[in-house]
Amino acid sequence: MDLTLHVWRQASPDTEGKLETYEAKGVSPDMSFLEMLDVVNEKLITDGNRPIAFDHDCREGICGSCGMMINGVAHGPMKATATCQLHMRSFQDGDEIVIEPWRARAFPVIKDLVVNRSALDRVIQAGGYITINTGGAQDANDIPVAKTLADEAMDAAACIGCGACVAACPNASASLFTGAKITHLGRLPQGQPERDRRAVAMVDQMDLEGFGNCTIFGECQEACPKEISIDVIMQMNRDYVKAMARGAGGERATRTGGA
Amino acid sequence: MQLDSKSPTGPIETRWDRQRFNLKLVNPANKRKHTIIVVGSGLAGGSAAATLAELGYNVKCFCFQDSPRRAHSIAAQGGINAAKNYQNDGDSVYRLFYDTVKGGDYRSREANVYRLAQVSVNIIDQCVAQGVPFAREYGGLLANRSFGGALVSRTFYARGQTGQQLLLGAYQALEKQIARGAVTMYPRTEMLDLVLINGQARGIVVRNLLTGKVESHPADAVILATGGYSNVFYLSTNARGSNATAIWRAHKRGAAFANPCYTQIHPTCIPVSGDYQSKLTLMSESLRNDGRVWVPKQKGDRRPPNNIPESERDYYLERKYPSFGNLAARDVTSRAAKEVCDEGRGVGETGRGVYLDFADAIRRLGEKTIAERYGNLFEMYERITDENPYKVPMRIYPAPHYTMGGLWVDYNLMTTVPGLYALGEANFSDHGANRLGASALMQGLADGYFVIPYTLGDYLSQAGLHAVNTDMPEFKEAERAVAERTSKLLGVSGKRTVDSFHRELGHLMWDKCGMARNDAGLREALGKIPQIREEFHANVNVPGSDAELNQGLEKAGRVSDFLELAELMCVDALHRTESCGGHFREESQTPDGEALRDDEHFAYVAAWEYAGPNAAPILNKEPLEFENVKLSQRSYK
Repeated sequence: MDLTLHVWRQASPDTEGKLETYEAKGVSPDMSFLEMLDVVNEKLITDGNRPIAFDHDCREGICGSCGMMINGVAHGPMKATATCQLHMRSFQDGDEIVIEPWRARAFPVIKDLVVNRSALDRVIQAGGYITINTGGAQDANDIPVAKTLADEAMDAAACIGCGACVAACPNASASLFTGAKITHLGRLPQGQPERDRRAVAMVDQMDLEGFGNCTIFGECQEACPKEISIDVIMQMNRDYVKAMARGAGGERATRTGGA
Repeated sequence: MQLDSKSPTGPIETRWDRQRFNLKLVNPANKRKHTIIVVGSGLAGGSAAATLAELGYNVKCFCFQDSPRRAHSIAAQGGINAAKNYQNDGDSVYRLFYDTVKGGDYRSREANVYRLAQVSVNIIDQCVAQGVPFAREYGGLLANRSFGGALVSRTFYARGQTGQQLLLGAYQALEKQIARGAVTMYPRTEMLDLVLINGQARGIVVRNLLTGKVESHPADAVILATGGYSNVFYLSTNARGSNATAIWRAHKRGAAFANPCYTQIHPTCIPVSGDYQSKLTLMSESLRNDGRVWVPKQKGDRRPPNNIPESERDYYLERKYPSFGNLAARDVTSRAAKEVCDEGRGVGETGRGVYLDFADAIRRLGEKTIAERYGNLFEMYERITDENPYKVPMRIYPAPHYTMGGLWVDYNLMTTVPGLYALGEANFSDHGANRLGASALMQGLADGYFVIPYTLGDYLSQAGLHAVNTDMPEFKEAERAVAERTSKLLGVSGKRTVDSFHRELGHLMWDKCGMARNDAGLREALGKIPQIREEFHANVNVPGSDAELNQGLEKAGRVSDFLELAELMCVDALHRTESCGGHFREESQTPDGEALRDDEHFAYVAAWEYAGPNAAPILNKEPLEFENVKLSQRSYK
């Protein structure tokens, strides 16, 4: 099939970008979306033009590298699917497709469709872990975990850190991402000792990074390639409020000093 | 070159204990004075960087991805082995050791493998304490499954995303150390050379992938945890960015490369569908627990699978290997698929595929149970192929997946360059000529969490290290070499894209140095690779400049290294005239077509030494001694 692409081209973080139009001819429905872009890039290079820059790596929907707005929808039209797993059979011959980078203040554009998502790493740095040094753990079966809790923790832990939730949110909030980590660790007995501190520190960091607030549009869970539910945001809010009530706000100074 | 494995002797059960006692320690107050470079942030690199920082070392960690969480370990699906014997089904450290040595077709070092089996139990403890959400039984204890031909259930898993969850555990530990200031993280940064001073590894030269700036980083030791080189085949299950550049540049600076021809072709991947294809997707091997592999008995039978009656199907694995059936080892299963396709009985449009059928399992267990076990894999399959595996059998075909070969390391994981270590898939270590399922994650984490933290100090405390800085001529020379290579690639301005060369090399390697190899084919490849390489350097087109994010330039550098490594792989495959594990030489097979080892002549590690751009590599041999596991013909019949 033949398609017309309108792709965001931006040479560097400081230059202005704009949509450029390209024809993608003879696209096979069995191609993945990124393979379609590979073919477009091969032609651009052969014709002496600059290829379109986009992040990608595993191409099996787990590394979280890829992500773009496809006709205004994060990761495109197929539900629960990262861009790399989206196939061209989701489109029709003659379609026009607008391809843009994630748009959020906390995700500055680096080049074309590549954005800087290191803010998400810093949210994890603030407290998205269980403090345990290598070597000191007891036998794994000494910590029984109810299957339902383990399953719920896993549902939240499935997050691939792609940032689609932020891109889809009208407020550019990272609440789904942050809530997912808070829920993953907070469901498990191992996560309890640091639960209050974690919630406060991660939520504060999210604010510091310039992500917006959650007003429960629910766009994030629609865009999430791993179908993480906004229940994790409710959990995050509950943990945050409880932690503040218990005086965990005092942890903030400690965290800023340590980090 | 002298290969000293530094492998302890005596009873195998206490070798690691005794080694740990004999290793020298670094005074805790002195650790922070040592800067350690870790390249790669996957299971091996991430766990090493975090653990070394916990111990007090000053760590710099580098990865080419935008975040350390994206390393390709994340894509491992099935699970991680550990000799916990939680299922009371006969497992033990010794059995995991034995299975791994046997599964590796007796081409690994016994002492390393025993240590791997020993620390496997600590890995599970560590990961659970970190909050890795492993699958649980209703009673709250950990669940296990049997995996990839093992007769005991020793595999721990987190749905079909075990690699992801283990990596996130290591990543979170790493991020904590970054926040503490104990690790400085350099994402979107690629190592392009290793710097030796007085024969010791003292730093690396990197390129900042955003600005193009070439920078040097000095250190007291350098740890490479940069994964494997399956992408030499172009199409593989590896991430697109996975590359051999770090280990290859280290090889050219003096690190011996061991067993480069040992590659693992994974039996259960989604078949190739067209020329545009950019990667092959693995379907977890766990599917073979319930799926039955078959092809039509008749050549060229193009009927839809559900129209082929039972009597006209050949369940060839069950027929050939009655005791292991669909669970035969990876190399055996892959080769069997190639054989039936070569006979013209392959399925799908290209004829390069076999069926993996769940109809019986669904009848026996119900669709719901199958969905619980494999739901996410079935969905992934349907997304890619547009076929519903609950109704129509899956089509699968083998694909390059893992490389057992890698930099030669001693028992302490040090390469032949003092102060240079290799961890995880980047080294050759523990899997011999064939890796068992669910053992890659185990080895990556064993190396990073539980081996390097002990062995590194032994070197640092005795290395007699003098202060170095990046103004020293060795750094300047390496920076110049990097800049020169870059400007050469950009200056060719030829007609062909980097991908077109990579694809050409990949086809050649897959045909001649893939699932089956022979003398004539390898010689043909050795004739062609230099030609492709020559054309690459004369006719490649890399647009853009070196002072910006330039993904084409990154790729060009990696492919240029693959074009050199490919040759060494073929040299190694040609010299090893026996068959063993993933290395099947057609000239060396039993009367019924199984791999035939030649222990008399080949029970050694082939460690190749770089001898210069136009010189043949030098072969060094580390003899393998088997004191505990008796050498025998591997059989899955």
